[in-house]
Amino acid sequence: MADSIRLEVTRYRPEGDSGPEVQEYDVPLRKEWTVLDGLNHVKDEVDTTLAFRWSCRMGICGSCGMNVDGEPKLTCATFLSDYAPGPVRVEPLANFPIVRDLVVDLYDFMEKLPRVKPWIIRDDDLTVIDGEYLQTPEELDAYKQFSMCINCMLCYAACPVYGLDPEFIGPAAIALAERYDLDSRDRGARERLDVLIEHEGVWGCTFVGECTRVCPKHVDPAGAIQRYKLKAAKENVMAFLLPRGAR
Amino acid sequence: MTEVRVHHRPISTWWWTRKPTYFVFVMRELSSIFVAWFVVYLLMLVYAVGRGEAAYEDFLAWAATPWVVVLNVVASLFLVLHVVTWFNLTPQAMDVRIRGQKAPASLVVASQYVGLAVVSAFVLWLVTR
Amino acid sequence: MSEGLVRAAHDVLIVGGGAAGLRAAIAIAETNPRLDVAVVSKVYPMRSHTVSAEGGAAGVIADDDTLDEHIYDTISGSDWLGDQDAIEAFVHEAPRELLQLEHWGCPWSRQPDGHIAVRAFGGMKKKRTWFAADKTGFHMLHSLFQTTLKYDAVTRYDEVFVTRLLVDDGRVHGVVAIGLFTGKIQAVTAKAVILCTGGCGKVFPFTTNANINTGDGMSLAYRAGAPLKDMEFVQYHPTGLPFTGILMTEAARAEGGWLLNKDGYRYLQDYDLGKPSPTPELRSMELGPRDRLSQAFVHEVEKGRTSDSPWGPIVHLDLRHLGAELIDAKLPFVRELCLKYERIDPVHELIPVRPVVHYMMGGVHTDIDGATPLEGLYAAGETACVSINGANRLGSNSLPECLVFGARAGRAAAEFASTAGPAPAVVEAQAADEVRRLERDLLAAEPGAERTSTIRQEMQATMEDAAGIYRTGPALTKGLDRLRELQDRVGRVGIADTSRSFNTELLAALELANMLDIGECILQSGLQREESRGAHQRTDFPGRDDERFLSHQLAYRNADGTVRVESLPVTITRWPPGERIYGR
Repeated sequence: MADSIRLEVTRYRPEGDSGPEVQEYDVPLRKEWTVLDGLNHVKDEVDTTLAFRWSCRMGICGSCGMNVDGEPKLTCATFLSDYAPGPVRVEPLANFPIVRDLVVDLYDFMEKLPRVKPWIIRDDDLTVIDGEYLQTPEELDAYKQFSMCINCMLCYAACPVYGLDPEFIGPAAIALAERYDLDSRDRGARERLDVLIEHEGVWGCTFVGECTRVCPKHVDPAGAIQRYKLKAAKENVMAFLLPRGAR
Repeated sequence: MTEVRVHHRPISTWWWTRKPTYFVFVMRELSSIFVAWFVVYLLMLVYAVGRGEAAYEDFLAWAATPWVVVLNVVASLFLVLHVVTWFNLTPQAMDVRIRGQKAPASLVVASQYVGLAVVSAFVLWLVTR
Repeated sequence: MSEGLVRAAHDVLIVGGGAAGLRAAIAIAETNPRLDVAVVSKVYPMRSHTVSAEGGAAGVIADDDTLDEHIYDTISGSDWLGDQDAIEAFVHEAPRELLQLEHWGCPWSRQPDGHIAVRAFGGMKKKRTWFAADKTGFHMLHSLFQTTLKYDAVTRYDEVFVTRLLVDDGRVHGVVAIGLFTGKIQAVTAKAVILCTGGCGKVFPFTTNANINTGDGMSLAYRAGAPLKDMEFVQYHPTGLPFTGILMTEAARAEGGWLLNKDGYRYLQDYDLGKPSPTPELRSMELGPRDRLSQAFVHEVEKGRTSDSPWGPIVHLDLRHLGAELIDAKLPFVRELCLKYERIDPVHELIPVRPVVHYMMGGVHTDIDGATPLEGLYAAGETACVSINGANRLGSNSLPECLVFGARAGRAAAEFASTAGPAPAVVEAQAADEVRRLERDLLAAEPGAERTSTIRQEMQATMEDAAGIYRTGPALTKGLDRLRELQDRVGRVGIADTSRSFNTELLAALELANMLDIGECILQSGLQREESRGAHQRTDFPGRDDERFLSHQLAYRNADGTVRVESLPVTITRWPPGERIYGR
């Protein structure tokens, strides 16, 4: 194995640059080093001005998503040795506006997330005095997969529909809506469907399936979206056949 | 958020050639046109049959012209793509449970092909009896 | 006064968006819906370090368990340095808070009948640790974050870094902060401020902590005049992966994992932690407290019974006998992390582990309602020291601590803010001062001879040498001298990055300054505690000395920047100091 590998890193300064440029850095190639370790080596030893987000370095906080050789990846869980001999292209997550270097603007997602009401909705007002809501392991299992989303935004970066139509509410948000719909403690499916049945809701998706493929936590947002389409289609048929009160 | 000049990256017209999955996706979108073509084709057949023996013969002759044959072969390929991708996504779209356990995706997909075979056999029997 | 210096005014401002901060925000919104709450966090809240907590959250719920047993476990775990009134309140309220999380959607693991499942944990005499597989913190944080989204009263300032508290005459009126996106430095005023910024593991080189854990809240309070309590007590978790320091949860041992030395021997039996048995026994062997387990590792190194790795001596965590089914059901994240970062499968292979800095028992001195000695300033979570953890925290007490004291601080701050007046005009001058300091001293300064990363690495090495698992007076003194040198050098750091947007170089320099303050407090407090208790082990003072040191230590900042340590009695109610007994 060679002892170094070249990173081709996107640089962008909002104050001056006309657009992003590529800067090359050679970093040590060690078997235990991730792409993030390479970037931190640059930041600490070579170029202190490089900007990127990171925190937990164990694939759970969701901060360090970037496009590595064109694929959305968590850089803390992507090893340099898998790209040897290099070079490795490190770019900001696709489909998002670039704020600075490898940092993208997540405002859009943060604004969309509350729209799908990702919290438990119930009409009774049971308090903790009444004890826990019972939930069997099977009921837990029904939504568990969709509760694993770390909001890393890799699915948005992989989704061409989101790239072409930023109004599309997107894979992670829909997966979270499905997570609460499937939770036996929740009664809010109706409210969420009202949001997602809109054009920029689930119908935006044309089932590319890339979101599920790139998800580092195996959440399967594509599956969630397809289930929602089924629900929405059923709802449309019911609306056509029955008066509202009967539904 | 307006104070910083963020950079929006343009999306290339050829974005769908960048990844095999994107390409398949666009082909699948395209396949809808051929599904529609087969509907039209079927309606034309029914119309011809309804107008009598001669019209039906004319339709068969037209259907045997090379360009119609080529078109139908291409359309069939797209239809196969459509069916295969459609069947493959079913396990994701439907949460099929057998005695509380999530049914394996392969089982869901396989049962659709069995269903397709049964329906095809029935249609074949209907037509050839 | 420059235009737009005060960005906004709120009733209560929370610094930090982890479990404690978000719990506080909801508590305020529910206590008084008319109050306007702000959550200022240097990362998006769902990135906060709560997300990394794995094993679980303790709360008495099982039929065979009692509140008194949880209280006793916590007190003896703390080596009698925890305040017993605070521990009683904590243990009483923890189950309610965990149930509240359940109502907010946290996917707690369940028994077959649908009731909450609990697991064993280190230092606990009964099974009382609630868990969501081994991603408990992740699920708690996302449930809390998503629940806060439904409260209109909560305004978030995401990716905004607080550099200073605005204080007038012993009363806190808000903060000065940098918006990372724009680089704008502005004041946000508030009638009450709650610090919930988490721990400070990054003061050390080898830690389970995330990059963001730089003790910002502790430093903010300390510089504003509030004391930091019991800072000498730094918890080493016995099982971290070498090189990365990634945590292998204690739940791995609670589910039956063993610690083996290089001879495949369960070495803990040699350290007064009980006799090995094939299945886990509570408060015994691998389920002993973290301080004792980490100390046992050092003795194994001295005896030459550890294995070598490129990153120093290691022992092994053995899960092989648990089987794939149990590991996948209860410890899936452990398996995922081992496969990813060590390229080993714990179903078939031994996991290399070594002790790693994990948690700060000390923090901003608060009372039982999260109030600090500064009027209008509150703290909760790892940032704070109430204290329930004393000299050693028990695993799975920190998550419920965030909830119980986050909620308490929230309610207390809400009450205070309901009656307090707006910020006086004088704080605007302070804000202007701070803006000038940042602009002149850092952003406009020529890139200096010193580099942030170099000083940080030297600080971390100094802290490891001086304040490791075992400490001595001379090493602590030497470490303090080194830190003071570094304090001088940090003044000569220049910022090469001239962009205002996402200037992470500036951020790193400010975080380093915070960490140097905290490092000094740790070493000075450690130097003055001439005894061995819990996580603070002095080889020159090997015994616990209740006569002189059954007391907290408060570290204050002197005008010249040095540390002054004073003592404060521990609150003892029903449990007089005794011997810590494990495994017998």
